[in-house]
Amino acid sequence: MATQDQRNTGSRPEEQDEATVDPAPAPGAGQSQDSSQTEGVDDLLDEIDGVLESNAEEFVRGFVQKGGQ
Amino acid sequence: MGTETEYGIIAPGVADANATVLSTQVVNAYAATLREGLGNLAGTRWDYTDEAPLSDARGWQMSRSVADSSQLTDEPAVLTAEQVALVDQGGSDPSEEVAVLMNLVLGNGARLYVDHAHPEYSSPEVTNPLDVVRWDRAGDVVGQRAMARIAATPGFAPVVLYKNNTDSKSVSYGSHENYLVPRSVPFGRIAAALIPFFVTRQVMCGAGRVGLGSLNQQPGFQLSQRADFFENEVGLETTVRRPIINTRDEPHAVAEKYRRLHVIIGDANLSEVSNYLKLGTTSLILSLIENELVPIPEIAEPVRELQAVSHDPSLRHLVTLTDGRRVTALDVQEMYLEAARSAVDAQGGGDAQTADVLARWESLLGTLRRDPMEAARQVDWVAKLKVLQAYRDRDSLDWKDPRLALIDLQYADLRPDKGIYYRLAARNAMERLVSDDDVVAAVTDPPTDTRAYFRGRCISSFPKEVVGASWDSIIFELPSQRRLQRIQTREPLRGTAALTEALFAGSRTAEEFVLRLQGGPEPSMAP
Repeated sequence: MATQDQRNTGSRPEEQDEATVDPAPAPGAGQSQDSSQTEGVDDLLDEIDGVLESNAEEFVRGFVQKGGQ
Repeated sequence: MGTETEYGIIAPGVADANATVLSTQVVNAYAATLREGLGNLAGTRWDYTDEAPLSDARGWQMSRSVADSSQLTDEPAVLTAEQVALVDQGGSDPSEEVAVLMNLVLGNGARLYVDHAHPEYSSPEVTNPLDVVRWDRAGDVVGQRAMARIAATPGFAPVVLYKNNTDSKSVSYGSHENYLVPRSVPFGRIAAALIPFFVTRQVMCGAGRVGLGSLNQQPGFQLSQRADFFENEVGLETTVRRPIINTRDEPHAVAEKYRRLHVIIGDANLSEVSNYLKLGTTSLILSLIENELVPIPEIAEPVRELQAVSHDPSLRHLVTLTDGRRVTALDVQEMYLEAARSAVDAQGGGDAQTADVLARWESLLGTLRRDPMEAARQVDWVAKLKVLQAYRDRDSLDWKDPRLALIDLQYADLRPDKGIYYRLAARNAMERLVSDDDVVAAVTDPPTDTRAYFRGRCISSFPKEVVGASWDSIIFELPSQRRLQRIQTREPLRGTAALTEALFAGSRTAEEFVLRLQGGPEPSMAP
C-alpha cells in the first residue's frame, strides 16, 4: 500500500514553537527587515514554485465542480 | 458534535471525467485498501430508515414535490451501467467480482460516501473540539489513501481531492458541522443568537479565497470560501438559496430529546487551530443559548454583512447593528467571548479544554486586532494571504493573475507533496494540535465516549455480519436468524467503550454478541 508514508512527519511543532516563530517586525521598523525572514520567504516561494502545477491558467480553468451542498 | 466534508475532485488528465464516477472511485479505492487489510468486504449499506431531510426545525415538512432533487439525501445515489464499468475497470483482482460501492461505514465510526458529485467524509460523533480536529483530519488521510490507491492502479487516471468549498466559477460545496442540542431550546432563539456569531466567526476560521462574488466577478481576496454563496438568513435548503441558519431537522437521535443543529456556513479548514476554534466556540455559544446567557448583538442586514466582513481582510469593516451601533466583526466576537467567559467562570471555570478554547479564542482575537497577518500560523485565510502577498510582492502580480488563483486552489490540495497547507505545516509554519500518529490512529479507531464506538467496533469486529448501518442503527444478518436484526442506537452518548467494551471482548461471534446485547445483563443499546 503506497499510501500514507509520504505524509509530512516534519518536526514536532509544539516543542519548537518558541524557537521558530517568525520574528514580528518591530512596530515602525518599516523596511529594515530582518534578513533571515526575507530568506525564509524566498525559500518558501522557491519551494512552492517547485510544487505548483504548470500552466496555471489552464489548470485553474479546468478545475470545474458539479453541484454541491 | 461532528463534521461533514465534501471534497472538491478532479482527474487532471481527463477533461470530461464524470464527477460522480470519480467520487465513486474514491469510495471503492478506499474499500479496496480496507479489504486488503482485513481480508473482508468492508462495504456496508447505509440504512436510510430514519433519514428526514425535508423536516424543518420550525415545525413543518417540505413537500417532496417542491424540494430540489439534491435535497433528497434519503435516497441512495445510483450509477448507470456504463458508469459502473468505469469505476470497476482494472480492479485489483479480475477474478473477484466486487460490487461497486457508493457508501462505506468505517471502523472509526465515520461514513465515506458519494454525495452527488463529491466524495464526502462524515466524521464520527465526538464530545469535544480536539477530537473533532483528530477525526476530521482522519478523513483527509482517508482521502489521501484513496488517491494513492487510484494513482497506483493500472488503467485509472490519478484523482486529486481538494479540501475547499468552491471552484470559483459558480459552484460551492459544503463542509458542515453538527451539534447535538436539547430539543427544549426553542429554535428561534438558537437562530437569533447564532446569526451574528456566524456572520463574524469567519475572522478566525475562514479558509480564504481569491476572487469576489459567487461568479468570481471581481478580483481580490476575501476571508471566506462560502460567504458569497449565502442568500438567506434561515431556511431548509443546503444547495440553493443557502441560509446562514439551516433548519434541517434530522436529529439522528432520540427526537423528543434532541435536535441536531446542522451548520452549513463554515469553510473546510486545514488549519487545526481554525477547526478547533470553529467547533469549540460554536459549542460554547450553544451552551450559552441553552442557559439563556447569550448577548444578542442583532445585525441589521446579516447576509450583506456576512459578505462585507468576508471582503475585508483588514478586519476594520463596521457592521451595523439594529440598535444603530457600528462595530467590527472582532467587536462582535468579543461580546460573545465575554459572555462565554463569564458563564464558564460562574460555573467554576469549566474543564481544561473549555479553558483552552477560551484562552485561544481571546488570544487569537487579540492577535487579529493587533495585526491580522500575525495570525498566519493559526488561521487558514491569513496563511494563504501571506503566501499570496509574497508572490504579489516578488512577481508584481495583480489579483487577476491565474497563478494566485492556482495558489488558492493548491492550498487545499490534499496531496502532502503538492498541497501548500501541507508544505507550510512541514516547515512548522502552521500550528498543530494533534500529532500525525494520533490522526493515523483515528483513521481506524473510533472515539471511545460516544455511540460511534459501538458502530465502529461492530464494523471492525463483525464485518461479514453487519450489513447495514446509519448514525442511529446497526443491522446484523445472522446465519441462524431469518430476519435481519436492527439495533437502534438513538442515544448518542451511549454505546461508549465504558458501556460496551466488555461486551465486545466477551463475544466470540456476532450471534453471541447480538444475543447478549438483546437479552443479556449488559445495558441495552436501545434508549
